[in-house]
Amino acid sequence: METTAVKSNFKSEEYFINMGPQHPATHGVLRLLLTIDGEIIKKVEPDLGYIHRSIEKMCERDSYQQIVHLTDRMDYLSSHINNEAVCLTVENALQLEIPDRVQVIRTILSELTRIASHCLWWGVMGMDVGALTTYFYGFRDREMINDIFEETCGARLTMNYNIPGGLMFDIHPNFVKRTKEFITHFKTKLPEYDTLLTGNIIFQKRTKGVGILSKEDAISFGASGPVGRASGYSCDVRKHHPYSAYDRVTFNEALKTEGDTFARYQVRIQEMWESMAIIEQLIDNIPEGEHKVATNAVIKLPKGEFYQKVETARGELGVYIISTGTKNPYRVKFRSPGFSNLSLLNHIAVGGKIGDLVASMATLDLVIPDIDR
Amino acid sequence: MSYFSDIYNGIKTLLTGMSVTGKYFLTSRKGAITQQYPDNRDTLKMFERFRGEVVMPHDENNEHQCTGCQKCELACPNGSIEIIWDRGIDEATGKKKKFIDKHVYHLGLCTMCGLCIEACPTDAIVWAQNYENSTYDRTQLTKVLNRPGSKVKAGVED
Ligand code: SF4
Ligand code: SF4
Repeated sequence: METTAVKSNFKSEEYFINMGPQHPATHGVLRLLLTIDGEIIKKVEPDLGYIHRSIEKMCERDSYQQIVHLTDRMDYLSSHINNEAVCLTVENALQLEIPDRVQVIRTILSELTRIASHCLWWGVMGMDVGALTTYFYGFRDREMINDIFEETCGARLTMNYNIPGGLMFDIHPNFVKRTKEFITHFKTKLPEYDTLLTGNIIFQKRTKGVGILSKEDAISFGASGPVGRASGYSCDVRKHHPYSAYDRVTFNEALKTEGDTFARYQVRIQEMWESMAIIEQLIDNIPEGEHKVATNAVIKLPKGEFYQKVETARGELGVYIISTGTKNPYRVKFRSPGFSNLSLLNHIAVGGKIGDLVASMATLDLVIPDIDR
Repeated sequence: MSYFSDIYNGIKTLLTGMSVTGKYFLTSRKGAITQQYPDNRDTLKMFERFRGEVVMPHDENNEHQCTGCQKCELACPNGSIEIIWDRGIDEATGKKKKFIDKHVYHLGLCTMCGLCIEACPTDAIVWAQNYENSTYDRTQLTKVLNRPGSKVKAGVED
């Protein structure tokens, strides 16, 4: 008799906890305000702005050559692709004819960037769900790409190798050799990723059916990149609006329909294979020619509005420039993939456990400077 | 029943994963990828394009190639370079000419973007491959690139 009385009196209560701003699973200074009932998540509110550097405002102060290096500091794992986006926008506005050589080199470097970014993501993803070993394997392979970048561009992360009109200098003589070495090496290592983590039953139980995002929701939240594609939303900018040399290579868009954490994981693994295929098609026949076309020392864009989107490792990055015809832009707006992908976190996490939230967040692959800018 | 098959599968996939780590454990002597920094300082060589810091090379006569044209100062996005210049008489032509007094470089502000080096018409500044830039005091990061008493090489025009 007494026990039932206790049971009916037993009430659970909602309460808040803070996750972050320095929680390891938030991959940076992101603060999540969680409303939880026991272990069940009722609401997730991201709190942004801890590393806001007003990059868009700084762009209004800088010349078009100077803007490029600021975008290194947005999504620092796709810095080459960010640079390319700004350069393409400026080049389109000036209607410059970009040499084939530049386009091919840019594409190869973009795909290397994508592999490097996914390697790091894979390592960190494993770590988030409790498999520390993956971290070392991911970093081992990423290190080879970093060496390629360091030799050719001079920096490992913030390369600033693109300039409006082409590349800052030509590729290093060792570039082709090193890239081929990497591809041969990585072809033997990527299957190891599957053996280590993908097939693991604990990992699958943590990820399958967790954080499901339907195709409709993916579209309405503006998801892009692997997050959108894992829900069956075909959104690869490289396929639908090819830029640089993407129109002359054949590759498959990695698509899945499940929309859960495991699908997002598989899409990224698949993308690494596709990136290698793209590099292999281009690396043997980099056209000869100039590495840049001459631009004026002071670049002035014609009056008007210019937009260009590219596919970074995280999704669709849009660069929107309004020019009044002077040497500085009037307004620059970046449409960053991380921001839209973060916006759907509440949607996929509600009803799950805190552990599931960590797993879902890992496959959103958030880079906080990209969100805060 | 599924309880036991779960345990079986769990152990099986765990062992599959450990076959990879085990392989590396046994061959780790050959394939070590970590470096013994800082013990390997003497042998550690950075790539020739590595952006460590901006320097101004001088030749044996203590002459550099900087004309004080300020193009690097203009190209720099964040004011890391300050050119302090003066007017003097060019010995060869007897005309008034701009001379560099101090080429001040704030390493602490520099984002290693490379725009100044691209902008320099006389290749007076280049990248150094030095990678140990930490100091106890940030004023040490403000450097004057042209050496005391140095002057511009004869015949260098921008
Ligand atoms: S590398 Fe860039 S930030 Fe550094 S001094 Fe040169 S222009 Fe300025
Ligand atoms: S370093 Fe080069 S760009 Fe800068 S003032 Fe000297 S000559 Fe001009």
